Amino acid sequence: MNTTSTMPKHEYYDAMLHAVDRGERLRLCLECGNCSGICPFGQVMVYPPSRLIAMLRADRFETVLKTDALWMCVSCYACTEFCPSQIPLTAGLMARTKEELLLSGNVPTELQAALSNSQRYGNPLGQSPRKRADWAAGITPEIQVLAKTRQAVQVLWFVGDYASYHPRVQAASRALAGLLNLLGVSFGILGPEESSDGDSQRLAGERGLFETLADKNGKAFSKYQFETIMTADPHAYNALKNEYPRLGITYPVQHYTEFLAERLEQLTPLMTREIQSKITFHDACYLGRANHVFEPPRNLLRAIPGAELVEMSHNRSNSLCCGGGGGGMWLDGFQWEKAHVRLSELRVREALAAGASILAVGCPYETPRFEDAVKTAQRESELKVRDIAELLAESIGIREGVL
Amino acid sequence: MNIAVLAKLVPDLVEELTIDSAGAKLDLAFARYIINELDDHAIEQGILLKERFGGQVTVVVPEGDGADDVLFTAAAKGADRLLKLTGFSPDIGNTRALAQHCSEIIRELKPDLVLTGVQAHNDLDGSLGSLVAGLLELPYVGYVSGVAIQNGAASVRKEYPGGLIAEFDVTLPAVLGIQAAEQPPRYVAVSKVRQTMKTATIESMPASAGASAPLLTISRMYKPEAAQHATMLAGSPEEVAAQLIGIFKELGVL
Amino acid sequence: MGNDVCVVIEHLRGQVSDISYVMLAAARGLAESSGGKVLAILLGHGAQDLAQDLLADEVLYADHPELTDFTPDAYEAVLVQLLGEKQPRAILLGHTSIGTDVAGTLSVRLKLPLVSSCRQITSDGKYVSQICGGKIMAEGELPVPASVVTMTPGGYKPEQGRGSARPEVTAIQPPPLTPMRTKLAKYIEPAGGDVDISKESLLIAVGRGIQNQDNISLAEELAKTLGGVVCGSRPVVDQAWLASSRLVGKSGKHVKPKIYLALGISGAPEHTEAISDSDVIIAVNTDPSAPIFDIARYGAEADILDVLPSLTEQIKQLRG
Repeated sequence: MNTTSTMPKHEYYDAMLHAVDRGERLRLCLECGNCSGICPFGQVMVYPPSRLIAMLRADRFETVLKTDALWMCVSCYACTEFCPSQIPLTAGLMARTKEELLLSGNVPTELQAALSNSQRYGNPLGQSPRKRADWAAGITPEIQVLAKTRQAVQVLWFVGDYASYHPRVQAASRALAGLLNLLGVSFGILGPEESSDGDSQRLAGERGLFETLADKNGKAFSKYQFETIMTADPHAYNALKNEYPRLGITYPVQHYTEFLAERLEQLTPLMTREIQSKITFHDACYLGRANHVFEPPRNLLRAIPGAELVEMSHNRSNSLCCGGGGGGMWLDGFQWEKAHVRLSELRVREALAAGASILAVGCPYETPRFEDAVKTAQRESELKVRDIAELLAESIGIREGVL
Repeated sequence: MNIAVLAKLVPDLVEELTIDSAGAKLDLAFARYIINELDDHAIEQGILLKERFGGQVTVVVPEGDGADDVLFTAAAKGADRLLKLTGFSPDIGNTRALAQHCSEIIRELKPDLVLTGVQAHNDLDGSLGSLVAGLLELPYVGYVSGVAIQNGAASVRKEYPGGLIAEFDVTLPAVLGIQAAEQPPRYVAVSKVRQTMKTATIESMPASAGASAPLLTISRMYKPEAAQHATMLAGSPEEVAAQLIGIFKELGVL
Repeated sequence: MGNDVCVVIEHLRGQVSDISYVMLAAARGLAESSGGKVLAILLGHGAQDLAQDLLADEVLYADHPELTDFTPDAYEAVLVQLLGEKQPRAILLGHTSIGTDVAGTLSVRLKLPLVSSCRQITSDGKYVSQICGGKIMAEGELPVPASVVTMTPGGYKPEQGRGSARPEVTAIQPPPLTPMRTKLAKYIEPAGGDVDISKESLLIAVGRGIQNQDNISLAEELAKTLGGVVCGSRPVVDQAWLASSRLVGKSGKHVKPKIYLALGISGAPEHTEAISDSDVIIAVNTDPSAPIFDIARYGAEADILDVLPSLTEQIKQLRG
């Protein structure tokens, strides 16, 4: 305990105030504890947001830097959403704290590989960048890789890491490709020129890495002609919409559900096969709570013949996080050791409690995470996890991206 | 404690390796370079020793794609001096020449300890550490996974098969071939490396002329033809699992 | 210059290691084509009995208390003197913790080229080495008039280097062997009390593909259900996700199970040299070009994190 009479340095506190836009709202914290209460891992975080702010104010941040429990933060934006003082807690306080943890060498080994891979290969999975468009092989008409075709297109489809490389999510990518082809959309992808959007890495404390990745993507974008960017990845959506413009990279951007919902009149008559199920939609944190896109995904699901849309008890802005954000995607083992509970499993149980037999998602982290959770909960016969694109494609009769 | 670490970059095996049309060299057009994993461990071990016993760590890297990044990253981890060997390209079969150039640098540095990875995957004419030790007539122990310094000598743990470890006392100065640092190489934030790039300097050490020709010739490089390739099981994970069960039954395990 | 081929015999704790026999087999062909003899070089203290099944024309045996156990300096001193005199066509050492400790110095002191990771020496005097994680083969003339070679297993069976008759043993006088800069202080045994995987018949091996410590439990579930013991390759043990007694590989245990299930293991030579005696290797890996598929009998291009739980589940159902 500091018993000298010198003024506290408040070094870290000042840094926090200037970390992000409106960061100075930190001064308005009432210590109401809403944030820590609604935090999905608040009970094991040792210094959940309100306590963290208290430590900052008491100039005891160095103590915080000695614990690793802060890595439990999954950047779900719940604290930010419900803070009465509207402090940018997730993007400011939590991300900046993780930055300090990283700089002081306090980072779980599990996470290190994802960060090194992102830097080296442009994706956290450590796959060769040259294989980034391999998922699109065999789709007709052929998907345009802009470096090869050099055509002007209407839409640049920013595919994303997991949608490009993860076998389960590639299926959703192919479904979406089929839908876009069917609608006659003029689109192209960057393929090997695309790097990770960098958003999760940013929120995991690697701001420098985020800027490097954004810079690469920005340079790739500037080479081609297109009107808007569309992505199936809410993390990329968040980065492209809210963070890239700060770096001077500004393009109109839509989530694929927004894009398709605008074309619902075209799609509806094509959906001829019934999917007789109760479907519930999981609002991805970065699409819903962080960017307030709630209705377009629901409009798409309601249009599926035979489908009945039901809501989970937590939905829209108080939706429960799957646990994958802010580095969480790469901290499975770490999270389990600390909490002995999987957020994705809690959500899956909620879907079952709502009476759903299909859990519909619109984020590439979720399909694998929720499918794993369904398996661990041993309810595979009762609940299927499907990306919205896969459901639409099924209803239209598209398989493997081809009608 | 003056420690010198020798590190080199090797083709990244994540990328497909191809052999050029002449059939005796790798086609390096699409090759990406990455620090030799065991050299990364050597750097980590060097930094750990500095943190424990004080002193200076000098890292030496031959020039090439990615060399600067390796050096600045080492500095961000705590290395004090960054040396880049210029005028020489390490390749498959010329490690002997690389060792000669590194030895000249080591002679000037006069470190107490030289650390380097015990091998690199593209070694064909020996490993750097053992050749440097031979040229400098220094003691050499390889397959080291633990280093302590006491009374001006090194106590090293050497790995043998079967998990057996031998503890050796080694007089200094010495060269050690590192198999594993005591902890996995630490992560450094990109912003920290960038900051280091502004403050740290890389000193160029030009390779002296002569003795750069490899003593080894490679007449042919090719991908191994498998005597047999595995019979591949196809289908979803569930289908693969079912087929595996069939195989287990055949083999009498189930 | 000589035509003989010298093989530096490796032994540890009273046993000649398999690589020594592999080298003797490799030496035979080269010695015949150069018209020379296979000379086995045995260094030790009271270790002459180790010579009895070496398939060599002659064994040169140096006895000294400093040679009781391997130390780099002592071996170097004896070998430099002996091989400097003999000037053979080739000097074969193991590409091991013992051989590679002295190969570099020998090649420098004797002014001879060095070829490493050599799997085979052809009868027309070519070396065949395997590099780049097992993905590339490199071939070339074994430099004349003499070379130092470090050999890896795989090209010859140890049986090919074992003889039925005790070869002729010639005693050689080692040079003075003190002071030595490298001294053996002690051996540290691997953690006992754990299962000996080299004696197990069903091994469930995990590699980098298991991704984190948490997922090891998936392999353990399978082991509990199917039987068998969980072991792993270097990356898994280095991160302490498995005890070092479970390490399979060059620095770990050499195993000979009936079934070796290689999950998320790429198949680099340091690992595969320790599993080549398995009856059946079954490999699952997401990378179709992983070298493990070249030595496995069955394989699947799949994610072990999906296959493992399904396999365990299906076996449980089978058993009812």
